[in-house]
Amino acid sequence: MIVHQAVNRDSHQIVHLRQLAAKVRRHSVEMTHNAKASHVGSSLSMVELLAVLYGCVLRVNPTQPDWPERDRFILSKGHGCAAYYAVLAETGFFPLDWLATFYQDGSKLAGHATHTHVPGIEISTGSLGHGLSVATGMALTGKRDGLSWRVFCLLSDGECDEGSTWEPILFAPQHKLDNLIAIVDYNKIQSLGTVKEVIDLDPFADKWRAFGWAVREVDGHNLAEIEAVLTSLPFEPGRPSCVIAHTIKGKGVSFMEDRLLWHYRTPQGEEYAAALTELDGGA
Amino acid sequence: MRSAFIDTLLELARKDPRIVLITGDLGFGVFNLFMAELPSQFVNVGVAEQNMTGMAAGMALSGKIVFTYSIANFPVIRPLEQIRNDVCYHKANVRIVPVGGGMAYGSLGPSHHATEDIALMRAMPNMLVVAPGDPAETRLAVRALIDYQGPAYLRLGRAGEPAVHKCEPTFELGKAIIVRPGSDVTLISTGGMLYDTVQAADVLGELGIETRVISMHTVKPLDEEAVLAAARETQAVFTVEEHSIIGGLGGAVAELLLESHVRPAIFKRIGLSGGFSSVVGTQEFLRARYGLDSKGIVSSVLEELNKKSC
Repeated sequence: MIVHQAVNRDSHQIVHLRQLAAKVRRHSVEMTHNAKASHVGSSLSMVELLAVLYGCVLRVNPTQPDWPERDRFILSKGHGCAAYYAVLAETGFFPLDWLATFYQDGSKLAGHATHTHVPGIEISTGSLGHGLSVATGMALTGKRDGLSWRVFCLLSDGECDEGSTWEPILFAPQHKLDNLIAIVDYNKIQSLGTVKEVIDLDPFADKWRAFGWAVREVDGHNLAEIEAVLTSLPFEPGRPSCVIAHTIKGKGVSFMEDRLLWHYRTPQGEEYAAALTELDGGA
Repeated sequence: MRSAFIDTLLELARKDPRIVLITGDLGFGVFNLFMAELPSQFVNVGVAEQNMTGMAAGMALSGKIVFTYSIANFPVIRPLEQIRNDVCYHKANVRIVPVGGGMAYGSLGPSHHATEDIALMRAMPNMLVVAPGDPAETRLAVRALIDYQGPAYLRLGRAGEPAVHKCEPTFELGKAIIVRPGSDVTLISTGGMLYDTVQAADVLGELGIETRVISMHTVKPLDEEAVLAAARETQAVFTVEEHSIIGGLGGAVAELLLESHVRPAIFKRIGLSGGFSSVVGTQEFLRARYGLDSKGIVSSVLEELNKKSC
């Protein structure tokens, strides 16, 4: 019901978000192709989440990336940075032509999210299980100092294997950090297998709830659903919010979808051409 | 040193709301006043050093000056990657403060012996490494660390070390303190070894060996001028640290001297050999066992001087 209201209220917004997501998705494939890089599947699974965040949720100012009142966003799954760089460029944080330099010698854009010389990147990540602690420290500061900004942290499902991820999951409810939002890109495939095969996280939402978080589950590719959820924050006053976004690894390119191979494989040759054809609507 | 640290921090934190103290559930009885007076500047994260350090980075990047506190290796080695990636890479104003540097928690066993920490912290990019020699140096270091920009490591001894400085010395981060002048031999000490080092210098002085004592409270950046002057002006340079001889003060001084072409006739690192303690004992017992009391320092110096004269 909430979803329908959101769609009807602001369908322009959804159209805008859809366009942004399409651009970010195409950039992600192009960038990983040009860079001969891995992790295209990890970028594609969170495209809609990033589009909604940067399209209509985060209070940020691309012309003043260090604006003190900004919402903080941390991509804890730093390996998905192609999509992150792409959404930042598309929303005006830096020129779009930087995207072609991803992974290149002398580039500003490293293969994991890197803050040095890249406007809009709050902190560098790459080693899993770091982002949520840093986000929690920011949220505690904001809360104690009565500041209005919020802290969003986007995690992978794989990094929920890290003990260090669960330390702030324990801490944040104790301190009632309702200005903290954890979003998990639950694409259900990690480095060497499915999440179910490696370390089964289910019942995943129940685990977060048991730790004291207010949890919502969404279809992580449904822009209206994501928008509805991320504009209803906090879900409960006095509790940190968790969004478990059910996503598909490699979303948007049929032969990449839900396949472990595309955690690693670089789209090349005919595969690359086929991917672009699909993304351009020719499939 | 522990009391000097917490008393000074409280005094500063009363006037500066940027100062935050985070503990990993340690410091029983130590933080009562701080907690009571400044609850919004105090956090107990629980037994979770990785979260403590990552959070500290997040708080520092939001404008705070954050002191993380625990004992021995807990705030250092357990969250080493958070120190490297979250604190150092972002040049965050986090001060990592372990109490119990060296073998201060001797009887608790090797899990509680902090004997490789200086080497690890020296290797961290952007990290300042400070190990004050007595309570006065601790007070001065804490004050200096408020204005310092960037990550810092503050290695403390324990509670109740004797004062070495009779009055407050001139203190500057990165600038060694010449505690005693001397023209024959130099002992460069860091951290809680200062008192025994001064005592050793007294004994050597009685034997007619004029011994310079340098308190190298900042191991990184090293006061190169003080080291090179000692190497030029005295025939023997010894480093003294309650730490492995690998990568700590001795390593730093050796690296400098070998590359500088200013070489003393004699150089030796007095410290721990790099293994785990094989016996149980108090700090005093273990220091004596491993040649790190004043007697052991004197023996090491005389042994090297005798070798040279043979």
